[in-house]
Formats: sequence, structure tokens, C-alpha cells
Amino acid sequence: MTLKARVIPCLDVKDGRVVKGVSFLNLVDAGDPVESAKVYDAAGADELCFLDITASADNRDTIFDVVARTADHCFMPLTVGGGVRTVADIRKLLLAGADKVSINSAAVSNPDFVAEAADKFGNQCIVVSIDSKKVSAEGEEDRWEIFTHGGRKPTGIDAVAFAERMVERGAGELLLTSMDRDGQKGGYDIALTRTIADRVSVPVIASGGVGTLDHLVEGVRDGHATAVLAASIFHFGTYTVGEAKRYMAEHGIAMRLD
Amino acid sequence: MRVAIIDYGSGNLRSATKAFERAAREAGIAAEIDLTDKAERVATADRIVLPGVGAYADCRRGLDAVPGMVEALRDVVEAKARPFLGVCVGMQLMSSRGLEKTTTEGLCWIKGDVVLMTPADQGLKIPQIGWNTLDRRRAHALFDGIPETLHAYFVHSYHLAAENPDDVVATVDYGGPMTAFVANGNKAGAQFHPEKSQTLGLALITNFLRWKP
Repeated sequence: MTLKARVIPCLDVKDGRVVKGVSFLNLVDAGDPVESAKVYDAAGADELCFLDITASADNRDTIFDVVARTADHCFMPLTVGGGVRTVADIRKLLLAGADKVSINSAAVSNPDFVAEAADKFGNQCIVVSIDSKKVSAEGEEDRWEIFTHGGRKPTGIDAVAFAERMVERGAGELLLTSMDRDGQKGGYDIALTRTIADRVSVPVIASGGVGTLDHLVEGVRDGHATAVLAASIFHFGTYTVGEAKRYMAEHGIAMRLD
Repeated sequence: MRVAIIDYGSGNLRSATKAFERAAREAGIAAEIDLTDKAERVATADRIVLPGVGAYADCRRGLDAVPGMVEALRDVVEAKARPFLGVCVGMQLMSSRGLEKTTTEGLCWIKGDVVLMTPADQGLKIPQIGWNTLDRRRAHALFDGIPETLHAYFVHSYHLAAENPDDVVATVDYGGPMTAFVANGNKAGAQFHPEKSQTLGLALITNFLRWKP
């Protein structure tokens, strides 16, 4: 058989709680990330991603408790990102029960940190999360630039060149988020995903813009991603993870349907 | 029964501990799961699990850095012949040598080197990350009752190129057959992560807890 495409639900977590509201039915505590994780686990999620968006330094430790409680109940691979800046941050997340960590801003401000982290914990454990926007004008050759601070701050760094540099430094996987598509429900930026996926040797996760199940199919079939990440379509109950995986399988993508 | 999971500073040990606890509980097996960095606890354990993530050389160094641990492993696995399960790099360490970054000597329980995977299909990414099915090469007690259709979770760039085909219980197709599970006597090893492999993983862990090699 063959390696299957992965569907990865992502939860934004702030101060230890799920943000964006929840429409899961029958949850004891809909704001508890662990309860959501259990639902995704039961629905056959191939991996789970937590993005910690806690702003206050005082509450930074809340994510470790969330990760530990999730690892106690769910036996699926877990990636945790948001505010990962030091080797000590990574070690704490891994000890709490994370399998992979994603590095975002720190990879932009200090690319050597990615190399240091990959040397210490192995490339397979280091995901570099790249937020970019399309900056080329109509009719020009496609060009994407890295943006930080939730998409507000341009950096002048070319996203494709940056992706290649991160793989050289030891990133074991790339999480590509299109900041102009994120939240728009119009689908992934397929050109961005495909350009980078075809250029690098490591797996690429498509992210940003999913509104329909066809978008997930496109991410793999047209974007050449090996995994697709989505937040709101699952979170608001538009589709279940199981529905998404069956739909992708029906459209010719090899999926795990155990 | 006491199952020692060896803690030598490598990776996510919480998941492994929890998965073994759950498998024992659900199967009604009285097992104490003992996550330990003490050589004497390993030497006297009834079953031994060696996890491991990261680079081969780093894991070997980590294992060597725990006073008496390698000697304890040799004693309990070789002399006492207690059931042993290596996981991911813990499985790779059962080999003769690891060729990742530098050449590192292994525990020499499964003859062969751990080498970079070179899939025939150039489009396949390294590392292999995700779910794949296993191709069984021979029957083994740890796979009793486990359907061949179930998936296992892999995260790896290297695999154990075993010299003796009998040592290979299962392979995984990743642009060619890559070693997924090895066994020799009381020693077994999974390249995939049973503790993350849900149905297949829990069944395999349960079989390990009952295994009488």
C-alpha cells in the first residue's frame, strides 16, 4: 500500500481554552481543548494541531497542561505551535506529550534556532510554520512574501526561498499558511502550496482558506501537499473529520479509513 | 508484572507510558508501567521497552550516558531473555550500526545497518510522516489477531536494512519495501509508533504484554 494523506484539525488555544467558540454537540465543556481533541480523535483525525495564541507571558504555561491532558486521553500524533522560541520551550512541550513542535516567528528572526532545534530533537520533530501573502501584481510571475504578527507585518523575505532555507537548516516538515486566504473559505492558495511542495524534499502541510471538502482534495491533488490542515470547518461542525476523509477517498486520494 | 520504559531523555515518553497503561487496563492485564532512568529497575523488569526519537547517534549517546544502563539492558535482554520492544530509534538501536550523520555502533541484536531511505519514486518525501499499512513477511505473536488492513503511524528518514530476512516481520511500502518491524527471539522492534497507532498500536502493545517468546 502507500502512505496516506493526512487530515489535521487545528485548534486555536488561548489561556488554555479553545477560542472562536464551539458548536460541537454534547460536549461537557466545549471550551476545553482536551474535549475537542477527544472528538477529533474518535472521528479519525490523522494528527492534531494546537496553536497557542496566549498573549500574556503569565499564562504561557497553560498550554503545557493542555498538551499533557490531551496526551493522557488521545493516542494520536500531536503538533504544538505558538510562541516556541527556545530549546527549553521545545523540551517542555515534548515532555508534556507533543510529538512535533512548530516554529513560526522565531524561524524568521533567528533561522539558526531551527538548526539548533533539529540537531537537538531530530528533523522529524521540527515543523517550520510559514505565514505568507501573495505580493505579485496581476500578470506578474507569482511571488509570496513572509508576514509576521498575524499577517500584519511584511518582512521582505521571499516565501519560496525561505522554505528552501528552512529545509536546509533541518525542518522536517513545512506548514504553509496563506494569510490572504486564511478565514476566507475560498480554498488554499494552490499555486503557493504546489510551488513549495515541488521545490522541497520534506512533507508540506497546506493551511489557510478551507471552506469546503473539495478544498481539501485540491490541497493534495493540485497543491501536492501530503497533509491538509483546517480549523473552522471542523470546529464549527460544518463537516466532521470522518466525512472529510471519506470525501477525499471518494475523490481518488489514498486515505486511512481504519 | 513490571514493564520498564527506559527514560534516557529522548522524546515523548508520556504518550508511550499512557498507551501501555491503557492497553493493560483494557485487556485486564495487571501491569505496572515503570518509566525509569534507573539501570537496576531495568535489570529487574519483567518486560522492557526502549523508545527513542531523534538522531541515532544522539540516542546512543543518551543511552550510554545513563550509568549502567547498557549493561542492564544486556543482562535483562540477553542473559535473562525477558521480552524486549524497541520503538522508532529504540528499534533502530537494535541494529549493528547506524549510519545517520556519523557511524555509530548499535546493540547488535539484529544484524544490519540503519541507512537513509531511498524511495524509488523521487516524488516521495523524506521523512516519511504519516499512516501506512504493513506488509507482513512472516507470522509473529505480536501481530496475532491484528488485521492487515490497519494502519501504523511512521515518522522516519532511516530504516534498518536487516541482513537476515528472517529478522524482518513486516515491511512498509515507501517507494520500495522499508523495514517496519523486526524480531529475533525475545527481542522485537517497531519502526512505527505503536503508542500513536491507535487500534493497531493498542493491539500490538497488548500482545507484547502477553508475549511469551
